[in-house]
Amino acid sequence: MSTILTVTDLSVSIDKEKLLNSISFEIQKGEIFALVGESGSGKSLTSLAIMRLLPEVISVQGGDIALQGESLFTLPEHKMQKIRGKKIAMIFQEPMSALNPVITIGEQVAEVIRIHLGLKKDAVKNKVISLFEEVALKNPQERYGWYPHQLSGGQKQRVMIAIALACEPELLIADEPTTALDVTIQAQVLKLLKKIQHERKLSILFITHDMAIVAQMADMVAVMRNGEIVEKAKCKTFFNHPKHPYTQSLLKDAMVKKEKRQREKAGNTLLEVENLKVYFPIKKGFFQRTVDYVKAVDGVTFSIDKGKTLALVGESGSGKSTIGQAILSLVHTEEGTVKFENKNLMGLKDKGLKDYRRKIQIVFQDPFSALNPRMTIGDIIREGMVSLEVGPKTRVLQDVYIKELLLKVELNAEYFSRYPHEFSGGQRQRIGIARALAVEPELIICDEPTSALDVSVRMQVLKLLKNLQEESGVSYLFITHDLSIISVIADEVAVMKEGKIVEQGLVNDVMQNPQNAYTKKLLLSAPKLPNINEKESQL
Amino acid sequence: MKIVLLWTDMMVWLLVISLLLWSWVISRSPQVKKLWHTIFKSSIAMASAIILLFYLLFALLDSVHFRLAIPTTESKSEKLQYGEITSLLDVMFSHNIKNTERTYSAPFATYEYAKSIVVDEHGVTKQEHLPLKHVGDGDDIVSKSIFAGFMGLVIAGTLIFMHTLWRKRRGFKSELPWSTAYVTFGFLIITFTWLYLLSYHYHVLGTDKVGGDVLYQSLKSIRTGVLIGILTTLIMLPVAVIFGVSAGLFGGWVDDVIQYLYTTLSSIPGVLLIAAGVLSMQVMMDNNPTWFETTLERSDLRLLFLILILGVTSWTGLCRLLRAETLKISQMEFVTAAKAFGVGKLTIIRRHIVPNLMHIILISVVLDFSGLVLAEAVLSYVGVGVDPTMHSWGNMINQARLEMAREPMVWWSLFSAFVFMFILVLAANLFSDRIQTVLDPRNKA
Repeated sequence: MSTILTVTDLSVSIDKEKLLNSISFEIQKGEIFALVGESGSGKSLTSLAIMRLLPEVISVQGGDIALQGESLFTLPEHKMQKIRGKKIAMIFQEPMSALNPVITIGEQVAEVIRIHLGLKKDAVKNKVISLFEEVALKNPQERYGWYPHQLSGGQKQRVMIAIALACEPELLIADEPTTALDVTIQAQVLKLLKKIQHERKLSILFITHDMAIVAQMADMVAVMRNGEIVEKAKCKTFFNHPKHPYTQSLLKDAMVKKEKRQREKAGNTLLEVENLKVYFPIKKGFFQRTVDYVKAVDGVTFSIDKGKTLALVGESGSGKSTIGQAILSLVHTEEGTVKFENKNLMGLKDKGLKDYRRKIQIVFQDPFSALNPRMTIGDIIREGMVSLEVGPKTRVLQDVYIKELLLKVELNAEYFSRYPHEFSGGQRQRIGIARALAVEPELIICDEPTSALDVSVRMQVLKLLKNLQEESGVSYLFITHDLSIISVIADEVAVMKEGKIVEQGLVNDVMQNPQNAYTKKLLLSAPKLPNINEKESQL
Repeated sequence: MKIVLLWTDMMVWLLVISLLLWSWVISRSPQVKKLWHTIFKSSIAMASAIILLFYLLFALLDSVHFRLAIPTTESKSEKLQYGEITSLLDVMFSHNIKNTERTYSAPFATYEYAKSIVVDEHGVTKQEHLPLKHVGDGDDIVSKSIFAGFMGLVIAGTLIFMHTLWRKRRGFKSELPWSTAYVTFGFLIITFTWLYLLSYHYHVLGTDKVGGDVLYQSLKSIRTGVLIGILTTLIMLPVAVIFGVSAGLFGGWVDDVIQYLYTTLSSIPGVLLIAAGVLSMQVMMDNNPTWFETTLERSDLRLLFLILILGVTSWTGLCRLLRAETLKISQMEFVTAAKAFGVGKLTIIRRHIVPNLMHIILISVVLDFSGLVLAEAVLSYVGVGVDPTMHSWGNMINQARLEMAREPMVWWSLFSAFVFMFILVLAANLFSDRIQTVLDPRNKA
């Protein structure tokens, strides 16, 4: 085996702050090298440094990067341009923004081939089509003339891979290539990458935050934290014997402990949703006539008991978030009933709804857009209390109440008068939870509350939600696409596809013994960690 | 003495009061306070702000109007007679108003610019430059300048010294560029003192066709320019914000109506609309001469009307921007959260949407300001601007049209108007640049 890429003591800094602190690693030919870490650990920065595409404000302080023994830092820019694309290619996280929307996908691949390989007209086209075949894009002849908007996310990522492969690079840098994709699509793309890597004896620098993907893909693993590589090992030894305490905790957070939930007797039903339908009209023409409907939610029935959690699982576009909004009467429902404590909420006007607003609350996915940047944390939490007249009435007592709430969600009470931008994603999510809790709700709709968070933070937030449930007996409707966390938080699970629930039942039943074909596919697609605890449990 | 409150005066002072109130509100919010602190950290912003404050000071001095009682010669007059409406600025420059010359004279000249026909004591007709009536002999310019410069230095020095002392006593340890501020301030004070003291003995910026002092005219024009700049934005702002936010938030037919309105309005040429408005107003005023006691009141009303018309025609751009931004913000999850709390629509606008639009509003207000000052000049030049009797840079430039065609050229009217307007617009633009960099969230690294 020969070494493709050698990074030695690479240090990168902005102003005087070190972003990468003398990192070194080697990538061998035909090897998948995974760079793992939480957001801000310097993974993407490393890949940009290899391509010599760092922003101007960031400067390389020391160290060297060598491609097949040739130092990249000493090369003049025009030679470096030849290396980019021809020897090192890159695929990005967001396939939507990496493709030019006004040029056909075939032309975009052809452009790279023309520049780097100097082929002529027909040869180029044939090459593009064979590349499309290689990345398993159907009807490559016809797709040559398509525009990016005509493709789905997974297909776009395939085109990106085709562009990257066009010049037969030695090294492929994949920067979170599947993070923006659904689980089933993710599985397909990963399989494709693995296949291509195997056929072409390609080296891949695989950047990701997902331990399960690493386990599935990588030969070598390096864990980054705060710009340093804390651990570097072969994939197998890495998962079986993690050395560094940070890696151990990271793996522990990624591993989902399967807890045996006690099956209590069914309590009182809190929420009953029956045959719920939400249609969005498609309007066309001069007079905006409604020509058709998008059936976002199409006849959904489920119920949640007091103090229990129902997880609503599905891929993007399956209508799971719309259900949350329909329960809160934030979207117009076509048909069906939502009964809360045996009272139908449908058709209630603003005034009648107000009592229920207090009892049903929501926690959002994106912690950055969920808090008004111009309000202090105290005011954000106070808003609901004042509007719904919950809790103490005087300002002073409210302040005390809010500070208690902040402590309850494991935040510092002094954060009271700060603004959202001073907080990290996980802290903001806690603030969002505190805001919902302020009005003492009985049901909280959690709309993907952990999908924007790092693994370790995700675990903390889930624990917090669980503790709060045990304390106050609140029920959750937990909307998520992440199958791995369901068994941690939920009692029951409902799997959604295209606006319908395809399978529903207790968590253990559905996860262990899925009946529906789609559920099976979903479970199979989810990347899994090799079970370290398995050995222990077998003993 | 009788205080006269013109319409525009009223609006100016209202504006000053609301500005003071606003800054008091700001000073209570640590976040906004910090933001303004960051704005003034740039020395360019600091210098521009001081220049803008100087202009504002002159505009305010010129916005205190009163009529002095005319002392009656007869001991028992039944009624007090009042003179023309004057402002504080007029009082400061009363010597310039009184000392009008016959016609053009260059800056610091002692003789008229053009030759006149004179018959001397021998009965011979000659063409010669006549001496100006109200100037010194021209030999003492340097000595007077030195004295004026010294005076300016003393005044500026005292004020700056007092400010540093005050800062020391308050124990301020701020990183604001005070030295730049002091230099700008000192420079402005010294220049103004020099111009003012010498204006007693010379026409420092020359005289116009009817012998009026150009320095005085330029200073009087400040009020017109600043008023048009500020008040117009003030009129268009509520319209733009209310329409923009409701179009973005409510959608449906409200959105349709508002969009229709601004598309129609912005497809009519602005100058045409303004000309139509101003001319119909002119006709109305001509038909009702009894409405006004003095010409000043009359031209003031015309100014106000021009401001109104400019305001009505210029809200569309900002409205469109705000509509788009509101659309974006109303999809944000914190707005959904507020709806889930049953918060009313008006409260959502007040608490969640408008504060997040503030940076756009502020930026466009400052940018529009300089555009409107220039618009006044253009409109007055075309003839549909302010009243011809009112001092404004546009009118000065309009007159200069003929002066530039003379041989030799009369350049100082145009030059003065240009310099005064240039400094104001430049300062406003530099300041708005800084505001834009600091307030625009996209610029935050």
